Amino acid sequence: MKSLIDSQLAARVAQDIPDGSYVNLGIGKPTHVSGHVPEGREVIYHSENGILGVGPTPEKGTEDLELIDASKRYITTAPGAAFFEHSDSFAMMRGGHIDIAVLGAYQVAENGDLANWATLDEKFPPAVGGAMDLVVGVPTVLVMMKHVDRDGSPKLLKECTYPLTGLGVVSRVYTDLAVLDVTPDGFRLVELTEGNSLEEVQSVTEAKILT
Amino acid sequence: MDKSVADLASAVAPITDGASLMIGGFGSSGIPFGLIDALLETGVSGLTVISNNAGAEETGIAKLLKAGMVAKVICSYPRSPGSVWFERRYEAGEIELEVVPQGTLAERIRAAGAGLGGFLTPTAYGTLLAEGKETRIIDGRGYVMEAPLHADFALLRAERGDKWGNLSFHATARNFNPVMATAARHAIVEVRHLSDTPLDPETVVTPGIFVQSVVEYGVRP
Repeated sequence: MKSLIDSQLAARVAQDIPDGSYVNLGIGKPTHVSGHVPEGREVIYHSENGILGVGPTPEKGTEDLELIDASKRYITTAPGAAFFEHSDSFAMMRGGHIDIAVLGAYQVAENGDLANWATLDEKFPPAVGGAMDLVVGVPTVLVMMKHVDRDGSPKLLKECTYPLTGLGVVSRVYTDLAVLDVTPDGFRLVELTEGNSLEEVQSVTEAKILT
Repeated sequence: MDKSVADLASAVAPITDGASLMIGGFGSSGIPFGLIDALLETGVSGLTVISNNAGAEETGIAKLLKAGMVAKVICSYPRSPGSVWFERRYEAGEIELEVVPQGTLAERIRAAGAGLGGFLTPTAYGTLLAEGKETRIIDGRGYVMEAPLHADFALLRAERGDKWGNLSFHATARNFNPVMATAARHAIVEVRHLSDTPLDPETVVTPGIFVQSVVEYGVRP
């Protein structure tokens, strides 16, 4: 099957970020989305640690060590940026003021349940961060992830087996193999990565893909 | 009124064994490194640390964990890159961990500072982190009852302060520092610049009423 690489996937998600949006990008793959938003669109990025208006990565040697994003990477400010403290930051998230969140995931279920904070492996201490607050408050939650796990097991499921981050919160899933909407009836195909057939993608998806 | 303290050691001197301690910062930003180093020298133990992260490498909170001074950590994200001392103590069963969603952590602290008995949040409803907690359905949506979170002390970092305890911050080093100042009985702040003159009231982010002592520590990480 044809599989998008991470930068292609980020570019695909970026196409769906409208001009004028306030967007929170989760740690990992989603941070790359901002580099691919088409010219001419002004998007304001929120980072949970207290900034609206995250700008590009600073040039080497010009970093401000106290100006970082939620992934703990050095950032700059974009025009119109603002700093604020944590209560305000989470009021923006929980209070429905952010338009779009882009998150990674371990698993997504056909009813929109999201699992992205803990596995069943007790060796690892749980770490939830701001994901649970984000998904209850942001109206459009986009997930970008690999279609199947490293061991080949499906990640698009009838029901999640890992602990949930939020219930029925995912709007759309972008994987290396396909784009799928979460609808009241389940996953509905938006598009296949060029060169893939529905049968092929369905064969590595536990949940039924509607067309 | 003069809340300024001569040095870091005097600033942390009131902290005793078993104290609960809010520590400001997120990742590497806004952490009171000077106060943590001074606390390390006191050798107090059995601390409860309330902070977003649980330290990384050999800096900040990781030093307190390494020294065995911490009994319990309340945080949202203990497993950061390089958080080896947290992982070591956790795996050995030497510390208790309470994981709290980050916005719920901030709001529990805010509720304590604002004198509230708790609040209802949709965050974590229906998940593992809501187990055993009171829930309510309001207008068809599920909410979880969360309790206020107080502390005996807060160790904080700000960019500027004056002797009245007024504070202003730099960039994303603000994070949890202002809200933690409100919820601790005794908030201790290291400031990069201790101003001889009062801060411009228009630029004050944390009013001095929430701060008990201010000490200058000019080192920026």
